[in-house]
Amino acid sequence: MSQSYDRGLIEDFGRWQEFSAGMWAWIFHKFTGWVLIGYLFTHVAVLSTATVDGATYTQTLQGLESLLLVRFLEVGLLAVAAFHILNGVRLLFVDLGVGLEAQDKAFYAALIATAAITVASIPTFLLGAF
Amino acid sequence: MAEHYSSFEPKGTRWLLQRITAAFLVVVLAYHFLLLHFVNHAADITFAGTQVRMSQVGYFATMVLFLVTAAFHGVNGVYNALVNQGLDGTQQTVVKWSLVAAGTLLVVQGIRVASAMTGLF
Repeated sequence: MSQSYDRGLIEDFGRWQEFSAGMWAWIFHKFTGWVLIGYLFTHVAVLSTATVDGATYTQTLQGLESLLLVRFLEVGLLAVAAFHILNGVRLLFVDLGVGLEAQDKAFYAALIATAAITVASIPTFLLGAF
Repeated sequence: MAEHYSSFEPKGTRWLLQRITAAFLVVVLAYHFLLLHFVNHAADITFAGTQVRMSQVGYFATMVLFLVTAAFHGVNGVYNALVNQGLDGTQQTVVKWSLVAAGTLLVVQGIRVASAMTGLF
């Protein structure tokens, strides 16, 4: 038998000091989700203006990549995507009822893995930026 | 304390589709990032390279499926987040259909962009 868990009103952010690991995971997942859907619309919009012809496409992408700010934003996007993916896998396991007793540890593991992936990616993202 | 907190029981089509698209996106989003930032460095991407990739039927189909699932997962996620915040009544209906329109527009425009990248259109 499944049973619902009364998490209280997470939407009341004034309670943040009493939030548990699961609640923080919920908040981070929502935040990264908003960023990713916002980025998807932006991504298609930018590519739409770039795909006028081959030369415009190449110039637009290489022009954007020449900006240091864009390189750092890409690192941020990777961090957001990595956390959403890793915590998403955690959520799929939670939905299947697998490893529920370790769901808080899985959240901490997702945070640490996100940090490790992000730091390890910095040299690749900044290659040729200076 | 419940013995089992699983919520994997009939909860409606949108709930199930959100999980199915999630399982697909976990793999394809990671692949997209790896291919276009690590295998091919973003600063070195040219239209010619993009055209070669997009001209492969399997790659094109994967990217279109990626677009459709990401658009659904994102728009459905936004809708659920807003309902969690207490959205209801007429506002909920207006937001729902606005999100359906935005998601549809995103998919249509995304497919137009993907087609342009093949260089055939």
